Amino acid sequence: MEFLNELLVSSLIVIGATFALIGSYGMLKLPDLMSRLHAPTKATTLGVGGALVASMVYFLALNGTVSIHELLISLFLFLTAPITAHFLAKAWLHTQQPNTLPRPARHDWSTFEKAPGSDEAG
Amino acid sequence: MADPHMPEQPGLLRRCCPHPLLSLALTLIWLLLINSFSVGGLLVGLTLGLAIPRLTSSFWPGRPRVRHYGKVVAYVLLVIRDIIVANLQVAFIILFRPVGSLHTRWLCVPLDLTSPEAITLFAGTITMTPGTVSCDLSADGKALLVHCLDAPDAEAAIREMKERYESRLQEIFA
Repeated sequence: MEFLNELLVSSLIVIGATFALIGSYGMLKLPDLMSRLHAPTKATTLGVGGALVASMVYFLALNGTVSIHELLISLFLFLTAPITAHFLAKAWLHTQQPNTLPRPARHDWSTFEKAPGSDEAG
Repeated sequence: MADPHMPEQPGLLRRCCPHPLLSLALTLIWLLLINSFSVGGLLVGLTLGLAIPRLTSSFWPGRPRVRHYGKVVAYVLLVIRDIIVANLQVAFIILFRPVGSLHTRWLCVPLDLTSPEAITLFAGTITMTPGTVSCDLSADGKALLVHCLDAPDAEAAIREMKERYESRLQEIFA
């Protein structure tokens, strides 16, 4: 039983580490910033997830209690990863001012145009 | 509007607690953070749960109307499943696809959702799922700018996002 637990925990850690490694390799391989953004937002989610599930299984087997902290970590990760990606993309739009973007029907993207009826800078 | 998920005291509720679900979630998160249950911890959690929504209420002008809580659970499960699939797909692309063969492109996704909370959820979902990152909102809030890592067919990618996530969010938010 103990052997099975350790096998499960260690394989989860290895799977998680593999995904984290793939995510980092993606940062090296992909050509431009916007493509690179895909690697850390996705591949690392499963990387961290694997480590967190391994931690939950370990503490469940060690002293029979369910540890909830891991769920909170993944919740915060899911909340913050899209926002980080959004900020990076927004910074990229501001610095590059690309002219190959598709345009929405009536107004431009909010990075380049104020919202109708507001004084806030975009 | 009566909220079935709230504890008692309906009279005080409106003034003390403009966002009951947020208060409940904050209390719960505090209890999970200290990882053990005690009356003291519950009181601190309740204090935080009541104080934080009031202190930040200028960021929460209205309360989002959620119609089907069952569908929220179904949506969360669907997104978790898609996140795992997205991880595998992106890992496969990174490992085995030569960079030149990727159809990297920008998409302009027209929005049918109107409430800010629903659009935020939709954009977050797009970022977390297969090969797409949402980057910007149009100035009038009617379209999303999405970057695709590998989308051979732009129309199909837009249709899939709208059918898979947006239609479900439309059912959840009134």
